[in-house]
Amino acid sequence: MSLNYLTPEFKVLRDYDKCINCKVCMRQCANEVHSYDEDLGKMVADDYKCVNCQRCVVMCPTHALTIVKHPQVFRENANWTYDAIRDIYRQAETGGVLLSAMGNDRPYPIYWDKMVINASQVTNPSIDPLREPMELKIFIGRKPDKIELDENLNVKTKMPPQLTLNYPIMFSAMSYGSISYNAHASLARAAKELGIYYNTGEGGLHKDFRKYGPNTIVQVASGRFGVDREYLKTAAAVEIKIGQGAKPGIGGHLPGEKVSEDISETRMIPVGSDAISPAPHHDIYSIEDLSQLIYSLKEATDYKKPVGVKIAAVNNVAAIASGIARAGADYIAIDGFRGGTGAAPKRIRDNVGIPIEFAIASVDSRLRSEGIRHTISLIAAGSIRSSADIVKAIALGADAVYIGSAALIALGCHMCQQCYTGKCNWGIATQDPNLVKRLNPEIGYKRLVNLITAWGHEIQEMLGGMGINDIESLKGNRLMLRGIGMTQKELDVLGILAAGE
Amino acid sequence: MLKEGNIRIPSGCAISGIIDRSGAVFSGQIIADSIATMHDRSNGLGGGFAAYGIYPEFKEHYAFHMFYDNTKSKQETEELLKANFVIAYEDKIPTRKTESIKNAPLIYRYFALPKLEVLNANEITDEDFVVKFIFNVNKNVNGAYIFSSGKNMGVFKAVGYPEDVAEFYKLETYNGYMWTAHGRFPTNTPGWWGGAHPFNLLNISVVHNGELSSYDTNRKYLEEFGYSCTLQTDTEVAAYIFDLLLRRHNLPVSLAAKVVASPLWNQVERMSLKEKELYHSLKMIYSKALLNGPFSLIVTYDNGFIAINDRIKLRPLTAASHGDVIYVASEESAIRQVCKNPDRVWIPKGGEPVIAEMDQQNVSEIFNKKEVTA
Amino acid sequence: MKKVYAKEEVCVGCKLCEVYCITSHSRYKDVLKAYKFDSNRPAPRIVVEENRPLSFSLQCRHCDDAPCVKACITGAMQKDPVTGVVTCDTDKCVGCWTCVLVCGFGAIVRDTNNKIASKCDLCAESGEPACVKNCPNEALVYEGGI
Repeated sequence: MSLNYLTPEFKVLRDYDKCINCKVCMRQCANEVHSYDEDLGKMVADDYKCVNCQRCVVMCPTHALTIVKHPQVFRENANWTYDAIRDIYRQAETGGVLLSAMGNDRPYPIYWDKMVINASQVTNPSIDPLREPMELKIFIGRKPDKIELDENLNVKTKMPPQLTLNYPIMFSAMSYGSISYNAHASLARAAKELGIYYNTGEGGLHKDFRKYGPNTIVQVASGRFGVDREYLKTAAAVEIKIGQGAKPGIGGHLPGEKVSEDISETRMIPVGSDAISPAPHHDIYSIEDLSQLIYSLKEATDYKKPVGVKIAAVNNVAAIASGIARAGADYIAIDGFRGGTGAAPKRIRDNVGIPIEFAIASVDSRLRSEGIRHTISLIAAGSIRSSADIVKAIALGADAVYIGSAALIALGCHMCQQCYTGKCNWGIATQDPNLVKRLNPEIGYKRLVNLITAWGHEIQEMLGGMGINDIESLKGNRLMLRGIGMTQKELDVLGILAAGE
Repeated sequence: MLKEGNIRIPSGCAISGIIDRSGAVFSGQIIADSIATMHDRSNGLGGGFAAYGIYPEFKEHYAFHMFYDNTKSKQETEELLKANFVIAYEDKIPTRKTESIKNAPLIYRYFALPKLEVLNANEITDEDFVVKFIFNVNKNVNGAYIFSSGKNMGVFKAVGYPEDVAEFYKLETYNGYMWTAHGRFPTNTPGWWGGAHPFNLLNISVVHNGELSSYDTNRKYLEEFGYSCTLQTDTEVAAYIFDLLLRRHNLPVSLAAKVVASPLWNQVERMSLKEKELYHSLKMIYSKALLNGPFSLIVTYDNGFIAINDRIKLRPLTAASHGDVIYVASEESAIRQVCKNPDRVWIPKGGEPVIAEMDQQNVSEIFNKKEVTA
Repeated sequence: MKKVYAKEEVCVGCKLCEVYCITSHSRYKDVLKAYKFDSNRPAPRIVVEENRPLSFSLQCRHCDDAPCVKACITGAMQKDPVTGVVTCDTDKCVGCWTCVLVCGFGAIVRDTNNKIASKCDLCAESGEPACVKNCPNEALVYEGGI
């Protein structure tokens, strides 16, 4: 083997004054960083293998471990950065496409952080959510233009099917395969407990989780994994996945080694076979084809379930969304370019797509200008990090948000971005039974419930501050936002004023 | 400084409304006396009145009240008017010199009906045509503003205290069966007459005390139905929402009230099956028509008014009755000033409307009518 | 009686239970000091049994009809008639290991440092078993009737 030019990315610092040789770190590291050297009589670490997932740091009973960015540097060069050089080493060695996971981590501007939220002072009383009602309930689905009543005030309008959400938050599509059984168990149970929804992703619905059907959105993606009559009937809603923010225009590939007995049954493919999701749906090459699939799924579910469409935020997202609305979808989920993934080509993840902030604003504006915004629901996804991001997304025009990465972080994810290795030390993005059991769904679901409940409280506080007591009155209420440090063009696209204006 | 319409200006206010349900008319002096009592609730930067039943001789015609900044805008508007309408009568609205009312624009009125051939060419109803025409003038004719457009009714407003506005417009000479009044306390000095209340579209007028936190949500919702909110005031938005609900979607007034101040979900859950279905649909379909934030407002329409608070009652509203006459006002003092001994005085709960209409059989209907909710 | 039960489906095999068992029975009650300074560091009375991916920690089941109590030649091993807890009186224990021999679970360990039989006492001193309290994945529970 020739020389590997890569130097370690991280350095394991062990405080030997604190190390008790208990070997917990060794037993917990799936990357085999830590070992006990019998000759030296102490624990040692192989920095090369460390991905900084921090499982050992958190588990160490004496807090003897610290992982730091390796101090090794290249000669300073603003152009040939550390990553640029190392990526070339990697590709020169492997000849392969660079893989990455979780969302785009490049230092693009984060527009959430360039927006601030309004509050009432004097002219309008703020409302205390602890003392006054504060409604967060929303509905996802098509809404008629108007209500029709007969003379006795009986409703003649037939309401299209709706999803009822106690919080304007849902768990994004993450397939069984990309994440573990226990992660799905945690998400599903939390969704039920909270009165919201989780999304199966494109990997089918495990038979154990059919009982969570009323809180489940099932996906129909280009690979059609796990789709059958039962799958559609069990779900509360069906989502056609066209694209994903982390890899717009790119399909998916679950390597055969992750296709276990269980996953094979759930995805309805042979054990050990690669699960390939083609880049496009091969029955959807244009908008009218999408319409056909939407109505096929509506037929299959007796028009009793909302059928939504998820797309990645790309340049022409507003026009595409308008087409989807007119194609008959009940909701549109838009996934911004910082949306997460279990595996994506690094160059795609880091360079394709647009920020969700712009996508939501321009889709909302476009649908409004066409007079159809009130008929369809809009879900924002792609790196919603806090309740403040949610408030901003809704003020820009979303009805609800999808959270994926945030939910996984609640479950223990430490953003090491190595999901594609299958060695997730936190038991989330892995199928290794040794690792999967590290995520106890009993603990996991409670952490998710805690997170959403906490965010709910924070949203209520912010709403109350704005003098609003119903989340519906925040939708598209862009006057509640002001921009800081943006160009006029950016402000215009977001449809907001500058702070102080 | 940006003029109202280019910037959103929150304001506090006084409101008052009186209706004689027998249809008997009374002088504008009464409502002027009522609103004057609440002088301190306004700051001289806007006052106005809506009067119903004042133009019986032209009751079939749309009565357009106009502000013009100059003769050019007048000319331009009149050209448009004459191209689209048959004008039965036009004059300068009579005013008297009043010390505190300054910088008056040119104020004219026209009693007109849209030309049949124009309606046929446009293939729309005359009401829709008139609305379109109003939006067109207000948006596109620089310096012209149609501030009243109903039949057998008129709005009179100005920058000033309401009692001075009444004096300016000689309101004691008009007789109507229903009046509303407004005194404004805006938070800056736009000095624009169009920004005063009441806000009117066709026969619907709104006087409003409050600040809508949901303004932008409501405005965008309305824009989807073709409304253009040129004024950027909460009152304009409230007026259009009532226009949408009452005129275009044919909702009964009592239900329109339940849209703008909708019952809470936990109240809906406690309702009977039929009501639950109704309110579920209503809340879902009209979620963005909910007026959120503190308000009390009086919406007047052809044959009556509805006075309502936001659902947690963050602004004052008192009601009273005396025989056929129903009073509503921000403060009880404004009612007592013009009706010493009302039969009954009550304070409506948040979101609980006071609906007073000409054809109601008796007063008890107004306050004892079983509310469908809460 | 209340016993410690293992949930093998979520046991991650980290052996922190062993670390905290040692600590709890060390005179220092502190992980670092127990390991660094306790010359008489006790043996863990809980042992993680592994056959990956299966793992679970095992400790004394405090049997109703405890063979170790019967087999004890000095009367050091006693079952408390009230609490049901089986304990070894280390003052009486002579380290003959008969109990180790008869225990069907292998839950009694030889503390060769101190030449005594060492076994789970449910952390009688602190009231809550340290293994349960410190299990990072809630794979140990302390439950059941009195």
